[in-house]
Amino acid sequence: MSTMSPVRRLLHVSRPEWPRLGLAAFLGALAIGCAVALLATSAWLISEASLRPPILTLEVAFVAVRAFGLGRGVFRYSERIVGHDAAFRSLTRLRVLVYERLAQLGPSGVPAFRRGDLLTRLVADVDASQDLPLRVVIPALSALLIGLGSAALAYWLLPAAGIILAIALLIAGVVVPWLTTIAGRRAEQRSAMTRGRLSSEVVEVLVGSGDLLAFGTADAAIDRARETDRELTKLSATSAAASGVASALSVLAIGTAVVTSLLVAIPAVLDGRLPGTALAVIALLPLAASEAVVSMPSAALNLASVRTSAQRVSEVLDAPDVVHAPAVPTPLPTGERSLQLRDVRARWALDGPWTIEGITLDLPPGHRVAIVGPSGAGKSTLASVLLHFLDHEGSATIDGVDLADVSDDDLRSVVSALTQDSHVFDTSVAENLLLAKRDATEDELLAVISAVHLDAWFADLPSGLRTPLGAHGTGMSGGEQQRLALARVLLADRQVVVLDEPTEHLDTATADALTADLLALTQGRTTVFITHRLVGLAEVDEIVVLEAGRIVERGRHTDLVTAGGPYSRALALDLQAGDS
Amino acid sequence: MKPLDPRLLRYARSTRAFLVVAVVVGALTAVLVVLQAYALADIVTGTFQHGLDVDALRPTLIALATIVVARAALAFLSDWAAQRSSARAKSQLREGLLAHAVQLGPVRLAQHRTGELATLATRGIDALDAYYARYLPQLVLAVIVPLVVGLTILGLDLLSAVIIAVTLPLIPVFMVLIGMYTSSRVDRQWRTLGLLSGHFLDVVAGLPTLAVFGRAKSQAQSLRKVGEEYRKATMQVLRISFLSSLALELLATLSVALIAVSIGIRLVNGGMDLRVALIVLILAPEAYLPLRMVGAQFHAAAEGLGAAGRVFDVLDEPLPVVGTRTDVPPMLGARFRFEGVSVAYDDDRAPALERASFVIEPGRVTALIGPSGAGKSTVLSVLLGFIAPNEGCVQIESAEGEAGILNTYDPQVWREQVSWVPQSPYLAAGTLADAVRAGMPATDDEVAEALREAGLPIDDAALPFGLATPIGDAGAGLSAGQRRRVALARALLRPAPLVLLDEPSAALDLETEARVVAAVERLRANGCTVVVVAHRPALVAIADVVVELPTVVVEGAVLS
Repeated sequence: MSTMSPVRRLLHVSRPEWPRLGLAAFLGALAIGCAVALLATSAWLISEASLRPPILTLEVAFVAVRAFGLGRGVFRYSERIVGHDAAFRSLTRLRVLVYERLAQLGPSGVPAFRRGDLLTRLVADVDASQDLPLRVVIPALSALLIGLGSAALAYWLLPAAGIILAIALLIAGVVVPWLTTIAGRRAEQRSAMTRGRLSSEVVEVLVGSGDLLAFGTADAAIDRARETDRELTKLSATSAAASGVASALSVLAIGTAVVTSLLVAIPAVLDGRLPGTALAVIALLPLAASEAVVSMPSAALNLASVRTSAQRVSEVLDAPDVVHAPAVPTPLPTGERSLQLRDVRARWALDGPWTIEGITLDLPPGHRVAIVGPSGAGKSTLASVLLHFLDHEGSATIDGVDLADVSDDDLRSVVSALTQDSHVFDTSVAENLLLAKRDATEDELLAVISAVHLDAWFADLPSGLRTPLGAHGTGMSGGEQQRLALARVLLADRQVVVLDEPTEHLDTATADALTADLLALTQGRTTVFITHRLVGLAEVDEIVVLEAGRIVERGRHTDLVTAGGPYSRALALDLQAGDS
Repeated sequence: MKPLDPRLLRYARSTRAFLVVAVVVGALTAVLVVLQAYALADIVTGTFQHGLDVDALRPTLIALATIVVARAALAFLSDWAAQRSSARAKSQLREGLLAHAVQLGPVRLAQHRTGELATLATRGIDALDAYYARYLPQLVLAVIVPLVVGLTILGLDLLSAVIIAVTLPLIPVFMVLIGMYTSSRVDRQWRTLGLLSGHFLDVVAGLPTLAVFGRAKSQAQSLRKVGEEYRKATMQVLRISFLSSLALELLATLSVALIAVSIGIRLVNGGMDLRVALIVLILAPEAYLPLRMVGAQFHAAAEGLGAAGRVFDVLDEPLPVVGTRTDVPPMLGARFRFEGVSVAYDDDRAPALERASFVIEPGRVTALIGPSGAGKSTVLSVLLGFIAPNEGCVQIESAEGEAGILNTYDPQVWREQVSWVPQSPYLAAGTLADAVRAGMPATDDEVAEALREAGLPIDDAALPFGLATPIGDAGAGLSAGQRRRVALARALLRPAPLVLLDEPSAALDLETEARVVAAVERLRANGCTVVVVAHRPALVAIADVVVELPTVVVEGAVLS
């Protein structure tokens, strides 16, 4: 499946919707067909009428003309309804597919989870895929059907005219869009560098205006941007010409078809091969049929942009697994939980460098370990290993069973975690908490809210537990979000808790208050507390100092302070800054 | 959306020239459409009714071919002019935006979410291409073509002209009516739709959280369910909103059908000539075509105008009045006296700084402390001239006893004597040396020395290319700590008597902060006046004066 081109893959995902897409394309063809038929029938009708036959002989044509007049709007409307319906259905399919893949990859398997903007782009890319059925497939299929139909009609009247029309439609509907796309891509390539430079110069002035003003370099920066902008405008001249040529070519193709059709049709009428009443039909058919191909250049451009989106979506679908579920899970024995790591190493890519190496750690039940070290030392990698979001080498066991052999459900029923940016879902307070424990009672919810010191915040909520949170709900500060996440952890009530930099994005005062509460509330659980701040660690059972993926120092706070190693040096800086 | 935003004409002047081109092209197109109908009708009737052959019809056929070529030329001209004008308009908008942004200053600009604005100003307004290339010319055509075609038909056949005159104006009326009806329905559904459409992003963004609690896989079912609900809800809205285009298509094609039938009947009755009938039949759809195209291009155009609208919002913001005096007194040894200074960023928010009165003594280190939102950074913005006090003033008293009100001077001139280390410095793409120089003419040795003082020695392994180390936008490639050290070096390189330091509220790394402390002490030793916004006690400890905001002044160090 991965050998398929990204666009074909998108089409493949929407396969169950193909009948609907086909119907929409057929309705679209009927809509344009009505317009073509309206003009063709009218042309024949008035030619015939000018011969003044009994009016009854034209009755069918009169009815047909009116029907075609009605049909166009009705068919167009149905096409859009059926097409959008099919597009939404395919979108849901793709979303589910992408989500299932993301869930399988886990939080560590996709770089997007480490960068918010990438995540938003991925979601936008998935959403952009609905342009494929709506703005590419349906118009292209309709154009094909109606192009063939019109050419066939012309061919039936006069074979030469049919061939002429087919060639003209091919030029306007295939060649011109193809040229437009190529010219667009060329222009894009040529101006990509300049565009990139302009973009960073604009960002510099808008985002860095303070720095520029303070150092008196604002005018120079604006001049630079203006210069680049000029260059870009100059570069766009070629693509403007190309785009003009494409438009002209399409007008020329249809116009030439009209003139040449007349050139072949006039002698045919004179020597009786073509009835005179069909001459107007032959002359007007290219004009009417051109409507079928008019949307093809924009369909081609849409295809190009869908291709880019599809490419990025495919990258997620094809991302290599960073964690493997056990084929036959080993059940966990009951009892208190202890974790043991023996010479564990892990990495993010199959052939990449080891991010952590030689990690040995003992966590008997109720033991509390703090993992400290500068950013990039491998702390979060270790958290991913403990949560089995990332495969490891060496032995990492829980109650004697290797993490790699435990089923996901079993592991989650024992280990929970609090991460850097806990997500607040776009739903009620209650639902946000209940995901940690489906059957929690209201009293339990209120109890954990109170335990994490969110009482004051909660008291201000307009509708208590039913108050909506998240993007469409009440805003929360970073500290409140992390407290809500801690409430989830408490509600889930697991024996092992991993706290992965829970105070990362908080200001000092908020961070210190949260740290104190975190350590107090998780008392009695086996706890791994990952942090780069060395505050309030005096009471943990062991402090492990990581540097460049390896343990460089370990021990209790008091021992490490006297040892004079990296911990005490970092702590000294901390104290010098008056942090504790 | 207004069909033609007057602000576009004001801020993107090339639009005016383009409108002229569009009108000329539109008028010529309309004339050619009429001529083409005449030529076609002449040729068809010539052969059909009078048995003329190609030779006899040669002049008309050549005329038709010429019309085709002319229409192609106009298509080229229209498209080419649209692309050129669009490129120029975008460039004019960007230029205007940048110039205006700098004059507004970073504080006012911050109200506009600058990161987003930058994207809009580059990629976002690219959507204007569609507006210029397809929407605007069609809009012009929609005015001119029906008029020219309608008048031609009027001259040929009154009944057909009446049908067009009655139905054509109905199209916009129906569209507006249906649009009004739909928008109230859509508005009612909007929240639901918003919730449902955001659901996918919400679930994907929350996947790590769901995974921790073992709920990730079970969400696929809910995605499917919400997707279905979203589809149903949206389809309900679309069923109504597509009605407007149904009305348009129905009116447009049905009237052509009516015209065809009516001329057909009159032909049979001998009340009409075939040539006239053909001309009317060919012209009738042309009257409706531009209007249909305008409708089709509406959405693409709205996107571009929407992006441009955000740019206009910034351009519409009035510029602050700034001082013009250029005789700024020397700041070395100067005292700054804040007298009841209040600053409000906008009218409906609480002032960022309220009646602050304190003195910044020359040659000493003043630490600004206080809870977040107390106005510490605002004090620095006032000293940098990024924002002027709404009330009160800042007096500057030079060592020679010269005194003046800070805001009567041209900020660009007085800033020459000020150096600044912002909380999150912006470093332009270029080399490390460029970033430190920031336009200052300084030798490589001086730059290296400043970097060393800031704790970023260039022989460091982290800087493989020394001063030539390339850095990206916003200092990409450097860690937050390194960026801050570069900003410190940049400030140290500048021989400014007033140095302002804004400490980041989120602790970066401790060694960098230690460097800052050392640098501040050196600056004081050199006689500089230093103002620091301090969040950590380390910087407060070395201060000579601590100003707590809202204003409480403590002489001497508090935490010694």
